[in-house]
Amino acid sequence: MVVQFLDIAIGGLLTGGIYALIAVGFGLQYGVARVLNIAHGEFIMLGAYCTWTLFTSAGVTPLVSMLFCAPFFFAIGFVIHRIYYTPLRTSSESPAVFEGNSMLASFGLLFVVQNLALIIWGSPVKGYSYMAFPVQLSGAVFSANRIVTLIASVILGSAFYVFLMSTRMGKAIRAAAQDPNAAELMGVRINRVLALCFGFGVMMAALGGLLLSMTSIMLSPVMGMQYTLIAIIVVVLGGLGNIKGSFIGGFILGLVGYVVSSSQPGLSMVAYYLIFLFLLLVRPTGLLGK
Amino acid sequence: MIRLREKWSSPVLLIVLLLLLLALPAFVPSGYTVILITNILMYVVLTLSWAIFSGPTGYISLAPAAFFGVGVYASAILSSDLPLFVVAPIGGAGSFVLAYLVGSLTLRLRGMYFTMFTFGLVELVRNSLHWWEVNITGTVGRLIISADNTTVFYGMVATFLAVLFASYLIERSKFGLALRSIGESEEAAAHSGVNVNRVKVVMFAVSAFFMGATGATMSMRWTYIDPTLAFNIQYSFMPVLMAIFGGMGHLYAPITGAAIFSLLEEFLTTRFPYYYMLLFGLTLLVVILFMPHGLEGVIEKWRKKILRSP
Repeated sequence: MVVQFLDIAIGGLLTGGIYALIAVGFGLQYGVARVLNIAHGEFIMLGAYCTWTLFTSAGVTPLVSMLFCAPFFFAIGFVIHRIYYTPLRTSSESPAVFEGNSMLASFGLLFVVQNLALIIWGSPVKGYSYMAFPVQLSGAVFSANRIVTLIASVILGSAFYVFLMSTRMGKAIRAAAQDPNAAELMGVRINRVLALCFGFGVMMAALGGLLLSMTSIMLSPVMGMQYTLIAIIVVVLGGLGNIKGSFIGGFILGLVGYVVSSSQPGLSMVAYYLIFLFLLLVRPTGLLGK
Repeated sequence: MIRLREKWSSPVLLIVLLLLLLALPAFVPSGYTVILITNILMYVVLTLSWAIFSGPTGYISLAPAAFFGVGVYASAILSSDLPLFVVAPIGGAGSFVLAYLVGSLTLRLRGMYFTMFTFGLVELVRNSLHWWEVNITGTVGRLIISADNTTVFYGMVATFLAVLFASYLIERSKFGLALRSIGESEEAAAHSGVNVNRVKVVMFAVSAFFMGATGATMSMRWTYIDPTLAFNIQYSFMPVLMAIFGGMGHLYAPITGAAIFSLLEEFLTTRFPYYYMLLFGLTLLVVILFMPHGLEGVIEKWRKKILRSP
């Protein structure tokens, strides 16, 4: 009984770490840059595919390819914001209009990225196995790669938290999250900060995808959408722009997913969604929100 | 003079268009044109019914696929016993009920939270149905007694007329006014005596009715359906895209947007299946940045220019 409980708890934590990381990125894009990025999952997919390509063609292990992927995807996100969302923001009449338009634009982004991936990698599913040997954790058996992903996502999340809380740039990001106009008046270079946030969001999505691909899941160009949905749910669960909340939400969702999918594999998405529905109705500001 | 011309030109245009549509199957012997027009009509109806609710209020719903799928399933269950013109309203009614329930739960949510919710609704319904079919019914797909192309075509023409008529009536009624005032400012609308939640929920359900009817009608072209086919998220994205592309201020705008887009789809899918969606994405990005009011915005600008110049 105790073993079974531990098994569920650890299994949930292992999945939840990646969910949390994905959600931190999504929360940053929506909470600060005000872009509800429906294409978030597509960058998860891209991150996973890049890792796959590096691993299978050049033999670069996923943890090493993180060193390439992080700056690369950060730059992609930054540039996307600079050439698209910055002009869109300045030409929109009001923040509400920008929010609607940027959400719709992210659909465009979704189609573009997804179909680029289809053209580059084709539709058959891909996968690789890395560090798939079993590890015993207090009686239950897990594959080593999942434990590595949990450690990596906690490290990445905490590093970002420290960055946000103790650097000047982090302070600027927090100011922009509260009120972009006031932040701009205080001398924050707002467009740069928002682009940075979008870049960080894309980077975290890609790193989430990188870690996901390590856990021997099958990669396909259309895999992104479900993770976008998970990111949305975790963000609502943890409160927008709240990193600790995202981790708590991620772990809760991981646990629920693990419990439900161990008895009824088809219903985990339904369970996520019911939590989401319940929370939106009872506490739309999230578990840790004000 | 110009106002007068505008007043009679649109009904006349509409009647001409209708007569052309009704006579089409008799004049075109090949099935292809009929299928093509049916497809265009499907997108036009989906877009127009999406615009009934989301156009004036600004609540962006990503749930059309859910309502479309409910219609498809209604027809899968009923098509062996009942004819199309009975099945379609039943499919619509099913979607109406679902939208009413979902709407009364979630339309209190503002803006983006509503969008997020509707985005997940499609997945929820699809996954639940999939689970149900596998575990309870013991199948994944179902067979549909399909109708011939001409019947489906007339079914879509009828649905199109119904949604056109409904949008026209709603726009001119106090419901339309209430919807627009909700879009302007929800607090102000509530203070002026609009029962905000009720109007939103009812209109959301009305727009879902036509999506369900479309699903029920279009499903008769297929012989086999499963949850992935019926609740294809494409049916959520396309109407939104088409409405954005066309614009939402006048009735003609979403119709034009949907017609042009679905023609493009027809033209491009067969030739460049991957590049076509890529092009769609790029078009959307360009339209949002440079034509925030869609084609309609451009047309209205030109019209004003022409009217002003002597």
